[in-house]
Amino acid sequence: MSVKSTAARSSRGGAKRRGGAGRKPELVQLLTPEGERVEHSEYSIDLTPEELRGLYRDMVFTRRFDGEAVTLQRQGELGLWASLLGQEAAQIGSGRATRPDDYVFPTYREHGVAWTRGVDPLNLLGMFRGVNNGGWDPNLNNFHLYTIVIGSQALHATGYAMGVAKDGADSAVIAYFGDGASSQGDVAEAFTFAAVYNAPVVFFCQNNQWAISEPTERQTRVPIYQRAAGFGFPGVRVDGNDVLAVLAVTRAALEHARSGEGPMLVEAFTYRMGAHTTSDDATRYRLDEETEEWAAKDPIARLKAYLANEGLADETFFAEVEAESDALAKRVREGVRAMPNPEPMAIFDNIYADGHALVDEERAQFAAYQASFEGSEEGAAR
Amino acid sequence: MSTATAPASAPAARKPATMAQALRQALHDALADDASVHVLGEDVGTLGGVFRITDGLTKEFGPDRVTDTPLAEAGILGTAVGMAMYGLRPVVEMQFDAFAYPAIEQLISHVARMRNRTRGAMPLPITIRIPYGGGIGGVEHHSDSSEAYYLHTPGLHVVTPATVADAYGLLRASIASDDPVVFLEPKRLYWSKADWSADAPQGVPPLGRAVVRRAGRSATLITYGPSLPVCLEAAEAGRQEGWDLEVVDLRSLVPFDDETVCDSVRRTGRAVVVHESSGFGGAGAEIAARITERCFHHLAAPVLRVAGFDIPYPPPMLERYHLPGVDRVLDAVARLQWEAN
Repeated sequence: MSVKSTAARSSRGGAKRRGGAGRKPELVQLLTPEGERVEHSEYSIDLTPEELRGLYRDMVFTRRFDGEAVTLQRQGELGLWASLLGQEAAQIGSGRATRPDDYVFPTYREHGVAWTRGVDPLNLLGMFRGVNNGGWDPNLNNFHLYTIVIGSQALHATGYAMGVAKDGADSAVIAYFGDGASSQGDVAEAFTFAAVYNAPVVFFCQNNQWAISEPTERQTRVPIYQRAAGFGFPGVRVDGNDVLAVLAVTRAALEHARSGEGPMLVEAFTYRMGAHTTSDDATRYRLDEETEEWAAKDPIARLKAYLANEGLADETFFAEVEAESDALAKRVREGVRAMPNPEPMAIFDNIYADGHALVDEERAQFAAYQASFEGSEEGAAR
Repeated sequence: MSTATAPASAPAARKPATMAQALRQALHDALADDASVHVLGEDVGTLGGVFRITDGLTKEFGPDRVTDTPLAEAGILGTAVGMAMYGLRPVVEMQFDAFAYPAIEQLISHVARMRNRTRGAMPLPITIRIPYGGGIGGVEHHSDSSEAYYLHTPGLHVVTPATVADAYGLLRASIASDDPVVFLEPKRLYWSKADWSADAPQGVPPLGRAVVRRAGRSATLITYGPSLPVCLEAAEAGRQEGWDLEVVDLRSLVPFDDETVCDSVRRTGRAVVVHESSGFGGAGAEIAARITERCFHHLAAPVLRVAGFDIPYPPPMLERYHLPGVDRVLDAVARLQWEAN
C-alpha cells in the first residue's frame, strides 16, 4: 500500500505530529491501485459482473460530465464549477451504498453522488450557470440541495436522522463533507448531537487532502476518522479511490445506522486532482509530484484493470461506455446552452408561504418599473 | 400591566395569569393539538426552562417531544432544520438573547433561505423562541435586544408579544406558521399579569397585525415588546402635559403593519418610535423611514426615536439610564414641534 499518510507531509503543515498520528493509519482497501482484489478482515464485498461494470460506467460518466462542466465554464457557459476529478470512487461507491429511502446531504462537489441518486447532471449545472440556487426538488430523490456553507449540512443531516429515529423508521441519513469542514463547529456539534441521540446518520468525510490551499495538517493533528472515538462512535478510514472498499464500508456504516447502532464516521482518503474550483489555481500551493503520485492511484483505471484482467469486461464494453459518456457530455453541453434565462419576476417567489405585504409591494413596484421600459430601446435590451 | 383597550371577546372564567403562564399554555396546547410539534432547547426538560416556560411539559408529553439538548445553539437550530425537513414542527428555545448568536449562521444562511432556494419544496416551519431585552438586572450577555439582526433577514418572521393574551395567541400563530418565526419574548414582562383565561384564550391573531393599545389624538407612540408598558405609562402621564397620546403595539416587526401605523400617524401627525435596542440601524430607523415615505405630508414634525444608546449593554446598575423610560419618551414628545401648531 503506497498511500502516503498525512504524517509524511507534516513538515509542510508546520505542526509536529504526535500521539496516534505517528503510525500509518489503517486503511480499508479491497482493490489495489494496480487493480488486484485483496481481502480485508472486517469488510468484504461480493458483486456480480454486471454490478462491477455498473460502477465503472457510473465513474466514467461522472468524470465525463464533470470534465464537460469545466470546459463549459472555460467557455463562459457556467459561472463556476467545483470539479470532483479524482473523487469518483468515493462518491459512486458511497452513493451506490444508499437506498432510495435514505436521505443524502451533499456539499457542492457531490456530482457523482447526485448521479447515483438519479439527479440529472443538467440540474447541477443549472446552479453553476446561475439560473437558480439549486434546480432539483430535494424530496424527489432524497438528495438535498448542495450546501455551499462549509459543514452546515452535517447538522441538517443529524436533525433529519433524529426525525427518522423518532419515527422508528429503518432508513438512514448520510452527510457529506470534506477535510476542511472537519474543523467547523457545526460538524463537531453534529457529532455531539448524533452521538447523544444515537441518530442513524453516517458522516462521510472525503478527505481530498486540500481545503482550497490548506493541507489536511492545517485542520487536524490526528487522522480525521479517529475523531469519532472522542464522540463515542466508530470511525473508519477507507481507500477513497477504491470504489469496492468505499461501497463495502459505506454499506456497513448505513446498516450500522439503520439497525439502531447510531452514527458512524467514514473518512474516504482520496485526492482532489483538480483545483478547488474553476476560480482556483492549485499550482500556487501544491507540487506536481504529489498530483502525479495520486494519478497512479486513479479510481477508474484500477477498476478497469480489474475488469479487464478478470475477463469481466472486454474492449467492446469499454468502447460502448466511452461512446455513451460522449453522448451524455453532448446532451449536457447542448442542454446548458439551451437553458432558458430565469424570469426576473421569479425572484419574488417562494419567500414566504403566504402573501407578504413587503415582498408583494416590491414585486408590484418592480413589475411596473420593468413595464415602463416596454417598447423602448432599453426595454428591448432587458 | 394594562391591556384595557385591547380588543377582547371577554371569555368566561378569566383570572390573573402571567405572560410566562400564557406562553407555557401555548406550548402545551400546540403540543397537544399537533403531534409534529417538538420542543427542544437547553434545560427545557426536567427543569422546565430557566424561565419555567416549559414547566411540566416533558412530564406530560415525554422527553421525545420536549427534549433537553446539548449546550450548542448552532446544533440546536441546525438539527431543528433537519427535523423540519423530515416533517416535524420544531419549537426551539434559545436560553437568552445573546446566547442565540452562535445559531445566527444557521438562521441566516439556512433557516431563512430554505423555502426560497428549494423553490417552495422545503418550507421550514420552525419557531425560535428567544427571551430578550433588559430590565431584570441580568449579568453581561443577558439583556440584549437583538431584533434588528433578525428583521434584516428576508425569509423570517419576527414577532414579539407585549401582553399576556398576545403571548398565547402570537405563539400559537407562530408555531402554526409554515414559515420560520423568530419569537422574541420580553423577559421582563414574563411575570406581568392580566386577567386571562387559559380555558378560553382570546383568538389567535394573524401575524403582521399591529394593534392600537390606547387611542389618542396628539401624537402616536409606536412600540413593541418590553417598551409597551413604558409607552402606556407615558401616555397616561402625558395627559398632565395636555397631550392625548395614541399607542401602537406592533406585535410583529416582520411582517410589518404599515396600514395600522400610517392610519394612526396620519390622524395624529406626529410620531415617536420607542424601543430598547440601540437606535442606529435599528427597527426605529426603518419605521421612521417608512412613515416618512408614506405620511410625509401628514407630519407636523420629524419622526423621533427613543432607543437604547449606541453602546454595548451597560452593567445592571446602569441599565435604567440606557433603557427608554417614561421621562425620555415624554421628552421626545415635547420635541415634536408643538409651537408650529
